[in-house]
Amino acid sequence: MTVSPELDRSFRAAAAAEGLLDVAYALHDTPVGRLLVAVTDRGVCEIHYDADPAAEADRLARAFGSRVLRSPRPTDAVRRQLDEYFAGTRRDFDLEVDLRPAREFGRAVLEQLALVPYGEVTTYGTLAQRAGRPRAARAVGAVMNRNPVPIVLPCHRVVGATGSLVGYAGGLDRKRTLLELERALNPSS
Amino acid sequence: MDVMTVPPFERFYEEQQGPVLAQLRGMLGRDAADDAFQETFLRALRAYPSLEHGRHLRAWALQIAHNVAVDVLRRRQATSVEVPDLESIDEPLPYEELRRLTAELPEKERAAVFLRYGYDLSYEDIGAALGSSSEAARQAASSGVRRLRKRELS
Repeated sequence: MTVSPELDRSFRAAAAAEGLLDVAYALHDTPVGRLLVAVTDRGVCEIHYDADPAAEADRLARAFGSRVLRSPRPTDAVRRQLDEYFAGTRRDFDLEVDLRPAREFGRAVLEQLALVPYGEVTTYGTLAQRAGRPRAARAVGAVMNRNPVPIVLPCHRVVGATGSLVGYAGGLDRKRTLLELERALNPSS
Repeated sequence: MDVMTVPPFERFYEEQQGPVLAQLRGMLGRDAADDAFQETFLRALRAYPSLEHGRHLRAWALQIAHNVAVDVLRRRQATSVEVPDLESIDEPLPYEELRRLTAELPEKERAAVFLRYGYDLSYEDIGAALGSSSEAARQAASSGVRRLRKRELS
């Protein structure tokens, strides 16, 4: 028996309104593709490129608790700010980020990453230094690769010591697109 | 993912929403079923963290739906609000025939017949859903069927 879209929407909204969810998520279309955006009551906990929603629901349940439900409303602020960012009208995200699953070093790196300004780039080595482990550039690369909230935590602004883009979990094309949007790239690079 | 792991609520909701709605419509009629549907899954959501494994989730969901529907029926009886007109449903339902046939059975027999012949659930699951033993579920279903046969002959 098929549940009507109205009834389905109404339950998903009520579940969030009653504060019963560990994680609420939504799929959101942007110029860099469809993103899965997930939030807890502490903030945005995941932004994922090319997500397989079922696999992500499993992962989110393991990390934050089993009450994971697609419910768009709690993600409204994140999605609105992403829209503004892509429209070029927002430079800084005004969002809490839930980094509970991150380990100590990863968290330190992500906190430093959050400070890299719009339109600028830094290097893996610099970030390692700022996180207190100057020789850990490679480990910083691994943290960037597993960044739970790309775009909001701007791992696209981290490049190699020679200025090469190096890598990006969402693919180098997207890294380039984001940096071009922020006018952080020379046309030649 | 193995059955011992409690799945994300999203998956539970996707898999159980159809059967839950069908059971609620069978017990309450269409309009009341929508309210009861939301209440059923909100109750499930409140209880979800206390689940220790992912087994028998269908029976668990149907049991909650049954409890919600019984609450609605009790309230209805208490305020003697008229029972909804089950014949006024405006579109054909997959379980229409069974629902029409079982409409006049006592509540427990109706639920048992519905779950057995509409959903092909085992008596063990039906018992769990109705909060009784599997033997009691079997008896409720067979006495429901006897009653239907008698009616057919009369």
